[in-house]
This record gives sequence, C-alpha cells and structure tokens, in this order.
Amino acid sequence: MQTPAPVEYERAASVDDAIALLERHGPEARLIAGGHSLLPMMKLRLARPDVLIDINDLAEELAYVRIDGDDLCIGAMTRHRELLESPVAGEHYRILHDAERVIADPVVRNRGTVGGSICQADPSEDLSAVFATLGARAVIRSSSGTRVVAMDDFHLGAYTTAVGPAEILLEVRVPIRTGCGSAYEKVERRAGDWAVVAVGALVCLDGDRITDAGVGLAAVGAEHFRSPAAEEILRGAEPSEATFDAAAVAASADCDPQSDQRGPADYKRHLAGELTRRALRRATARARGQEG
Amino acid sequence: MQVTMTVNGDEVAREIEPRLLLVHFIREELGLTGTHWGCDTSNCGTCVVWMDDEPVKSCTVLAAMAHGHRIRTVEDLERAGGLDPVQQGFMDEHGLQCGFCTPGMMMTARWLLDRDPDPDEATIREAISGQICRCTGYENIVRAVRWAAEHPATSEVHA
Ligand SMILES: Cc1cc2nc3c(=O)[nH]c(=O)nc-3n(C[C@H](O)[C@H](O)[C@H](O)COP(=O)(O)OP(=O)(O)OC[C@H]3O[C@@H](n4cnc5c(N)ncnc54)[C@H](O)[C@@H]3O)c2cc1C
Ligand code: FES
Ligand code: FES
Repeated sequence: MQTPAPVEYERAASVDDAIALLERHGPEARLIAGGHSLLPMMKLRLARPDVLIDINDLAEELAYVRIDGDDLCIGAMTRHRELLESPVAGEHYRILHDAERVIADPVVRNRGTVGGSICQADPSEDLSAVFATLGARAVIRSSSGTRVVAMDDFHLGAYTTAVGPAEILLEVRVPIRTGCGSAYEKVERRAGDWAVVAVGALVCLDGDRITDAGVGLAAVGAEHFRSPAAEEILRGAEPSEATFDAAAVAASADCDPQSDQRGPADYKRHLAGELTRRALRRATARARGQEG
Repeated sequence: MQVTMTVNGDEVAREIEPRLLLVHFIREELGLTGTHWGCDTSNCGTCVVWMDDEPVKSCTVLAAMAHGHRIRTVEDLERAGGLDPVQQGFMDEHGLQCGFCTPGMMMTARWLLDRDPDPDEATIREAISGQICRCTGYENIVRAVRWAAEHPATSEVHA
C-alpha cells in the first residue's frame, strides 16, 4: 500500500495567505493544487514536504480563462477540464484543446490544474510544450511583488522552474495574435498515458509567407520544451512540404531523448520529426481557416 | 486534525492524520467498502467517487482536502430501495464479471449520463478511458451505460 509519509496540512484562504504560509513554514512546505503529481510523488517518497498548503480554496481567485488586454489569461487553478471546455481558449488557440483532449484521462482532468502541470515541469508535461510553442509568459507572486517570466526562463530543467520556495504561480498569459493557427500532435501507448513524444506547432501567415512560428516538444529532452532551430527555418519561409521537412529535421536534432519503457531513443527522435510535420500541416491549414 | 464532510448526504466528522487518502477514509473510517482500492497510482479508476459534483480518483485526494466538501459514493446510487438505471444496466447487460472495477465505472457513468443523457459509444469509451477493467473487454460496460441511457425513467421513479 502506498501512502504519503506524515505531513502537516494547512489551507490557504487567499493568494496572500498562501504566500504567508509558505514564508512561515519555510522551504520544506509545498503548495498542493490538484495533487495529481505531488501525491503520487509523496507516495513514492520522491517528494517529502513537511507541510502541505492546500490552494484549492483559491479557485475563485485563480480559476479562469479570459481575455485581458492582448493576452489570453489562464489562471493557475484552472482544471484541465475547464480549459478543455473553454470556448475562448479554443477560439484563439486550437492547440489548447488538442492537448487537453489527450492529457491524462477525463477523471484526472477533473482535478489536475494548469498551474500544477507547468510547476511540476515533468519532462513529458504536455502543457509545458504547449506554452513553449505559444511563447507564453508566467505571472508569479511573492510577498515582494509580482513578476512576469517568459517560458524559456520559467523552465529551468526537469522538475525545476523559476518559481521560488515562497512564490506562487498566478496565471499563464498567451499573447493573442491574428492570422495564426496552432495544433498539437501526441503519440501515447494507450489512452490517458503520458506522451511517447508530443509536438506543438504555431504558424502565423501573411499570404504565402510564415511570419512567425513556434515548435514545442514534450518527452524528448528538448531544452525549454522548444526547437529554436525549427522555428528559425520556418520564419520567413513558404509554408510548403519542403519547409516542413527541413523544420522536422531540425526539431529531431534539437531533441535529446532517453530510451525507456515508452520506446528507444532513435524511435522517439524519428517520431519528433514526423509529429513536427503533422503539427505544422495542421497549424497551417488552421491559419488559413481550412481545417476544423 | 478534524475533518467534516458530507458523505452521501450525511455529515461525518473524524479525527484523522493529514496524510490519510480519501479512499481509505471512505473505506476504513466510514466502512463504506463499495468504493474499491486498486492500483494506488491513479490509473485504474476503481476508487472513483464524486467530490462535489465531479468524479475524482479518491486514491489521489487527501481526506483533508475533502474537508467541507460533498462526497458521493457508489452506495448512494440506489435510491429509496430502487436501483439507479446504471446499476440495472450493469445487471441486465452483464457489465461486470468479477466486479472489482464496477463501483468506479458506475460513478463515472452516472456523471456522464447526467451531463449527456444520450452518449454514443465513442463518448462512453472516452468517459471511462481512465478506468481499467480486466474482465469484460469493456463491450458490456458500454452496453450497460447505453441501457441506462435508454431507460432514464427508472431513475426518475427512484430519485
Ligand atoms: C494517471 C495520470 C496521467 C497523467 N497523464 C498526463 C499526461 O498525459 N500529460 C500531462 O501533461 N500530464 C499528465 N498527468 C499530470 C496531470 O496533468 C497533473 O494533474 C499535473 O501534472 C499536476 O497538476 P496538479 O494540479 O495535480 O498539481 P499538484 O500535484 O498539486 O502540484 C504539482 C507541483 O506544482 C506545484 N504547484 C501547484 N500549483 C502551484 C502554483 N499555483 N504555484 C506554484 N506551485 C504550484 C506543487 O507544489 C507541486 O510541486 C497525469 C497525471 C496522472 C495522475
Ligand atoms: S486505486 Fe485509485 S485509480 Fe486505482
Ligand atoms: S469486471 Fe473484473 S475488472 Fe471489471
């Protein structure tokens, strides 16, 4: 039987209260949101916090998907299901719904949160790759104020983020752009499983020219969940099969996959290239308003 | 610590260790053993109960986190001595063999039907995709849920 080690439990009543509790209890205190990454880690003793600070009561403050100025803002306590069912998310970035449809299973999606996902920063986390694709920013608060961090500076490595021990992630902000399409392609061994490999694509078009692009990669050890080389090839190019092939080769090269029970490294590298092609095709069709 | 929550409509209060998982609270503290406990790793779904109005895997929720919330377990499907159509469907369509996965399957099925009273096969399979059945091959579970969709009246009678 797997059970967490003894731990103290506190409930935060507000964002400021959560920060005050983190400060009072020190670095061995951890926030708990959905608990669907943290509790499994605690059962396995991969995490051993002394104190859990439950932030589920902050849903009113932190669970939302809304437009604010030029950004689509997703609150940290938004559950996976809420993002999947948010019309405004799908209207601007189809990739969000593509990804949410294949993150875990429907029951897990009732509990797991957007904030917990990106703070967990598991190398296979789908939303980390999605937000890297979209050039999102994370809004983080501590007692000394609020700061905004670009995704590249947010993910510092496997299971490591820019969120400090007495800080809380408030929301993710995705810049809204016109003339763009986005898509997410994931291969998993069975329904509800983590990715063998997953790739996100953003394509912004001006006529027959790609003005900007994003390529995000999950589960293949890509730095910051992204392929800068593929994005470089796409910018300014024609959205053609030849361009997508070149981007796919670059994305494969930006990977550093490990062989494990989900497959050998060379298979994953191959898959990263193929899924890059597919995601780019779909994102391009959507940018042109051609595909549902 | 002291927790208070509403389980199947009744308020319950207990002194617990904060690390206690909701599934063990339900089974051991409350003696409601209809909720099963299987993989322990949030993969099998036999531990599914409703928290407020949504199915959750109770092996991956602390009982402390349920403090102040409403929990509904499989024992609450039956109303006024009558079976929920989902239960009747599982009986009529042989939706179970060993029955180990059944409580979780039925709680998710009830939730699905409340939101979508006429789901097609693909929708049913998607809804239970986080739950594992080692016996039926799922075919009869899908039929059982369809049966319940086609016989909604029984729930009105017994609600
Ligand atoms: C069976 C199963 C399958 C899954 N499959 C997938 C999958 O296919 N793809 C995928 O991407 N994910 C998958 N997940 C992970 C799932 O998405 C988790 O819910 C998610 O990773 C963590 O969200 P949470 O709210 O449960 O976080 P928690 O477990 O509560 O927290 C995770 C970490 O984030 C920290 N944290 C949480 N919120 C904040 C905040 N606001 N500010 C600062 N720190 C915070 C916590 O302290 C903790 O360190 C799966 C999980 C399970 C159980
Ligand atoms: S025991 Fe909870 S999902 Fe298996
Ligand atoms: S009936 Fe045996 S596991 Fe489903």
